[in-house]
Amino acid sequence: MTINPPPQLESRHEPITTSSEWTFEYIQEFDRVIGNIAREYRLDTYPNQIEIISSEQMMDAYSSVGMPVGYHHWSFGKQFLQTQGNYERGFMGLAYEIVINSSPCIAYLMEENTMAMQALVIAHACYGHNSFFKNNYLFKTWTDATAIIDYLVFAKDYVAKCENRYGVDAVEKILDSCHALQNYGVDRYKRPSPISASEELARQEEREVHMQQQVNLLWRTIPNNKEEQTSQHSVRFPQEPQENILYFIEKNAPLLEPWQRELIRIVRKIAQYFYPQRQTQVMNEGWASFWHYTLMNTLYDRGYVNEGFMFEFLSSHSAVVYQPPYDSKYYSGINPYTLGFNIFSDLRRMCENPTEEDFQWFPDVAGQDWLDTLHFAMENFKDESFIQQYLSPKVMRDMKFFCVYDDEEEPEYQIQAIHDDPGYVKVRMALAEQYNLSTREPNIQVVNVDLRGDRSLTLNHTRHNNVPLNKECDNVLKHVHRLWGFDVHLHSYDGDELKQSYSVPAKLVTQDGQSEENLKYV
Amino acid sequence: MINTYVVDRRLNGKNKSAVNRKRFLERYKKHIKRAVGDAVTKRSITDMEHGESISIPADDIKEPIFGHGPGGKRTIVNPGNKEFVAGDKVAKPRGGSGQGSGTGQASDSGEGLDEFTFTITQDEFLEFLFEDLALPNLVRKELKSMDDFVYRHAGYTSTGVPAKINVVRSLKNAHARRIALSGKSRRKLQQTKLLIEAEESKDLALKNSKLLEELYAEKLRLETKIGRLPFIDDFDLRYNHSMKEAVPSNAAVMFCLMDVSGSMTQATKDIAKRFYLLLYMFLRRNYEKIEVVFIRHHTSAKEVDEEEFFYSRETGGTIVSSALRKMDEIVKERYPASAWNIYAAQASDGDNWNDDSPICQKILEKDLLPKVQYFSYIEITPRDHQALWYAYENVRATHSNSFAMEQIVDQSDIFPVFRQLFQRKVL
Repeated sequence: MTINPPPQLESRHEPITTSSEWTFEYIQEFDRVIGNIAREYRLDTYPNQIEIISSEQMMDAYSSVGMPVGYHHWSFGKQFLQTQGNYERGFMGLAYEIVINSSPCIAYLMEENTMAMQALVIAHACYGHNSFFKNNYLFKTWTDATAIIDYLVFAKDYVAKCENRYGVDAVEKILDSCHALQNYGVDRYKRPSPISASEELARQEEREVHMQQQVNLLWRTIPNNKEEQTSQHSVRFPQEPQENILYFIEKNAPLLEPWQRELIRIVRKIAQYFYPQRQTQVMNEGWASFWHYTLMNTLYDRGYVNEGFMFEFLSSHSAVVYQPPYDSKYYSGINPYTLGFNIFSDLRRMCENPTEEDFQWFPDVAGQDWLDTLHFAMENFKDESFIQQYLSPKVMRDMKFFCVYDDEEEPEYQIQAIHDDPGYVKVRMALAEQYNLSTREPNIQVVNVDLRGDRSLTLNHTRHNNVPLNKECDNVLKHVHRLWGFDVHLHSYDGDELKQSYSVPAKLVTQDGQSEENLKYV
Repeated sequence: MINTYVVDRRLNGKNKSAVNRKRFLERYKKHIKRAVGDAVTKRSITDMEHGESISIPADDIKEPIFGHGPGGKRTIVNPGNKEFVAGDKVAKPRGGSGQGSGTGQASDSGEGLDEFTFTITQDEFLEFLFEDLALPNLVRKELKSMDDFVYRHAGYTSTGVPAKINVVRSLKNAHARRIALSGKSRRKLQQTKLLIEAEESKDLALKNSKLLEELYAEKLRLETKIGRLPFIDDFDLRYNHSMKEAVPSNAAVMFCLMDVSGSMTQATKDIAKRFYLLLYMFLRRNYEKIEVVFIRHHTSAKEVDEEEFFYSRETGGTIVSSALRKMDEIVKERYPASAWNIYAAQASDGDNWNDDSPICQKILEKDLLPKVQYFSYIEITPRDHQALWYAYENVRATHSNSFAMEQIVDQSDIFPVFRQLFQRKVL
């Protein structure tokens, strides 16, 4: 890859340091210089808070998904033990950084890093990720960076309070169940209200009362008058299928205590905060990698760093964006850093050095201002649409993508398309689909509650390409059952055809019914 | 515009995950205990001083979430194509239809690990090992003499050794003394100074030079007087004072008795060694002050150190009573029952001179059992019991509170028997 010339020619500077040891002064100086260059590239960021931590603290941060504060739960302990074990046995290195979508944007730097690594991390996290957090539409819509830390503190205190009052076990049970459903605690299509700790606190008691009233209203057993009684029988509840299962349970489960509802809400809100991150992994990492690469090269062009520094940087960089081929033993799926970095780099190339092919495939991009193009791409897409929109034939050729079709009923895989002219569109579509959250996760919705009968909750799973649910499904349903308090049913449909049914508690059927059902499902 | 803050968080402590880690251990206690139990039977004797790697079946600790199972139709994009062209067919890898469904899929969930493995520290290892165990019938003995005092801080004294001088207190005293003793002189000095000043400011003609001279002499005298006060004096010194405070005795002595005669095979000795080792570590953990006496015997008994007890070889016949006598001697000599909690554990393969077994019973019942808190006997043999066992059964019948016996056949029995012998008893 060629090193591009800096946007403005300046007199060369002396290197900031030639030592590989970092000091606080050097970190500040690098941050100042990198920050200035970043502003030339129009990177708009939250203020940065760089925190130097030890490797043990990094493991702590790892196991709490990078959150500086979090409520206590055994699963984080499990995560910690796993990280610790892998790290101590040398199976994995720790990440060089963790960055948190908050304002100020908190970035953790490990004390073991060399100066070159610290500079790389500053460029990557404090200017790359940070500008992504601040400007991508999903983050803007779904998260409130200024409020998250306060909210986490509120959550931690609230959970601790519940543990004191109701016992660790009782709280843990509810949290376990919520965690099992946390991917189903998000409104995918409805814009949520941003979370705010002060408001949560102020409203929390009021909400408890209000929520309980609503639940009471829903579940009252004494009909007001005849008319209503008949009308209620005919009305389906919920009137439309609900995708946000946790929300539905929080608002409607008949037997939950107010504090239990609040716990559900906490898990839901935190899941919502992470929702954009799950949808923008390729873009986010690609953007950060592109910018650390560009910023570091600019540093070098202007003389702020020397060759030794660049060698170290480039070796780390190429390790980060290395993509093992599908048949390598190191292969574990597509490396989001590589894919994202390649797409952003190629976007810049298409703007600056367009080829015939680019004009044909990307008439809106080829030859345009590269900064405008990149910023637009970063701000307005998520992984799925980003790949759909910007994955160029050149990147597909470089990464040698190919498309494998796997049908359960066929004895062989079929190679559907490869990185050639007839295949580009197909590969791109398939890859974009792979990053579509709604196909990656089973589509499960609440369809019915038997309001006047046994109060059972019915969920429907709509199969995509007839892909069934995994084995854990039964266990998840037990968690749903714990929260809902009454029978839970899950039906898995392929189109209109009912493929499989699950029930918790397991359904007892009569001899007749059983044989009938067997015929129907097998 | 500077909008970056650099914070050094390294001082914040690293144990943020401690609570979560503890919760995890608590939750999977059963699994961990089982693993710890297995580890004890497998570990070598000298190898108790470190933690343990614990494995739990991954399925047991999985947090379930909805996900796709194998099957159906799917399209997967992979990188690094080498030879494929569109339309190629590739045989699915054998062994389960689910196996082949996309390498990309498996990585997301990190599946494929059968065991979840992590390490617990030595402390935790022992904690799990010894949980619910306590030495039986622990009685707080009378307050013992010198040994059982702790020194507690108790103010200051005016006498003491130089090592205990309290500098701040001493200097405070010195300062106060200097102020007190020089008060009168300083007041006079002040007056003299004023007088000198008044005299000096007068016209030259009016000055009384004689008076002035006297005043100067007075001033000098007062100043030297003040100067003569010592900066620090003996009686300024204060010393930290400590008082002895009696604490209840928590001292125990453990007698380990083992048969090392020719009839004990290496395997039997090995088992016995493990049993003691467990015991020894258990004691170390439960008592602040533990003494352990090792007595080994064949036809005659000998007190030995730990090293020799576990590692030297002997041959010969077996007279068990020799060991019991030896123990009784040592108790009389060094461990009066009024001051020590005495425990004894004996291991043997059950062999003894037939004539000797009744003598053993007698020594136990008459001399030892009244003194000891607990006497445990383990017989390591797969064979039928011999005279010693039956003699001991008689002892158990009459002293069930302070005497216990169990049989061990192989290594895996050690831990259960150990637990049984030392189960927490309600007093």
